[in-house]
Amino acid sequence: MSQNDHHTENNTLAGSILKNVEVHAQKCYQCGKCTAGCPVADEMDLPPSMVMRLLQTEDPANEEQVLRSHAIWLCVTCEMCLSRCPMEIDIPSMMDYLRQRSMQEKKVNPKAKNIIAFHRSFLNSIRFTGRLYELGLIVDYKRQSLNLMQDVALAPKMISRGKLHLIPDSIKDKAHLARIFKKTSKKKNK
Amino acid sequence: MKIGIYPGCSLTGSARDYNESVFALAEAFEMDFVQVPDWNCCGATAAHNLNKELSLALPARILALAEKNGLEEIIVPCAACYSRLVVTQHELKKDPVLKNRVSEILEMDYRGTTHLLNVIEWIDKYIIPKLDGRVVKPFNHKVACYYGCLLVRPNKVLQYDRAEDPQTMDIVMSKIGAEPLEYPYKTECCGAGFSVSRTDIVSKLSGKIIEDAEYRGAEAIIVACPMCHSNLDMRRSDINRHWKREFKIPVVFVTQAIGLAIGLSESRLGLKRHFVEVGIS
Repeated sequence: MSQNDHHTENNTLAGSILKNVEVHAQKCYQCGKCTAGCPVADEMDLPPSMVMRLLQTEDPANEEQVLRSHAIWLCVTCEMCLSRCPMEIDIPSMMDYLRQRSMQEKKVNPKAKNIIAFHRSFLNSIRFTGRLYELGLIVDYKRQSLNLMQDVALAPKMISRGKLHLIPDSIKDKAHLARIFKKTSKKKNK
Repeated sequence: MKIGIYPGCSLTGSARDYNESVFALAEAFEMDFVQVPDWNCCGATAAHNLNKELSLALPARILALAEKNGLEEIIVPCAACYSRLVVTQHELKKDPVLKNRVSEILEMDYRGTTHLLNVIEWIDKYIIPKLDGRVVKPFNHKVACYYGCLLVRPNKVLQYDRAEDPQTMDIVMSKIGAEPLEYPYKTECCGAGFSVSRTDIVSKLSGKIIEDAEYRGAEAIIVACPMCHSNLDMRRSDINRHWKREFKIPVVFVTQAIGLAIGLSESRLGLKRHFVEVGIS
């Protein structure tokens, strides 16, 4: 069966996924291998095969459920689902797209707060120095997540093992990095 | 011999032990590493989760700098960085419009010609051929070779080893005297970038990887990724608390194991920096 035998409407979420990341949700025939191999499926509100099924319905209420799910943020991009999918559907790339849509449409699941806070802190750290400053990342994450007591025992042990920089390691052309961040900050994902 | 290297951020900080062992091996086998000048972070999980263009532009800057400085081949010891660089090359190769857009963002030429080596490929190409007569202290231990996710997947893009039950690291380990065990958790996920934001998930997933290695009688888990190492080693007390067990198995970088076998000292290989004591050397 060719791709064209699976019809997808352009104005649906499945249609946007097809257009933006060339992932064809209608090709899924629900074998469930992705969910069976997914290391975080049992933590998810919607396991990957269910995300695929909801997208296939092209029903706005189901699409809303996907964009508001905790699952899209729990996907850890281990790529197991893709490597085992008999239809070679690139679920990890689709998840990246769904996360970005969910952010743009302000539909982020509240349970994903800490995961996103960590990603943001990570990007904040490299935006200014070009390289990850792990101590700065931890401090910024604590500020964003308000998990102030987390890992307080770990940091001194890292320092005594020489595993934590006390001063950021910075690249020379910081202005270049700043321009890259600026030029990529405009969103156009629909 | 001069070879390019992209160390990545982890190797300058939490994976300093890995860095020390990679550089110690390079010196022992007479290779001069040239770092990609002014290299930046690859963007890691955060960038591809939040911003696709950024997640391609950051690795592309590294690749463009390597090209500009005549580094035709670079070793990328961090499996996560390696994955981001290979995926970026792949994405930009298949989409010329995107490639132009990224060149525009970078204000640099990007050709996508750099040959990228993961740490096992580097060992296979530059160390194994010179190993004869160098092993003075065979690594006589049962080991579980843990590849993690990003050394082998996405397999269609990386085209490296078998996606299920890979063998390359097992073969390297057997060449220094180790006994690699059958180990079904070879490519299961350790929890990766959730180390800080969802330590509970990392504790659960990494615990499974450790429990099975201990159950099979492994004396060490061998890794080739700083993220896997930090989850299995640095997070061990969280894992033990979660599992209500006292897992003791050490986690050793493949480069450290080779270093020990050719007679380099523990401190030179960064083994004293581990959280879980490596008592087998």
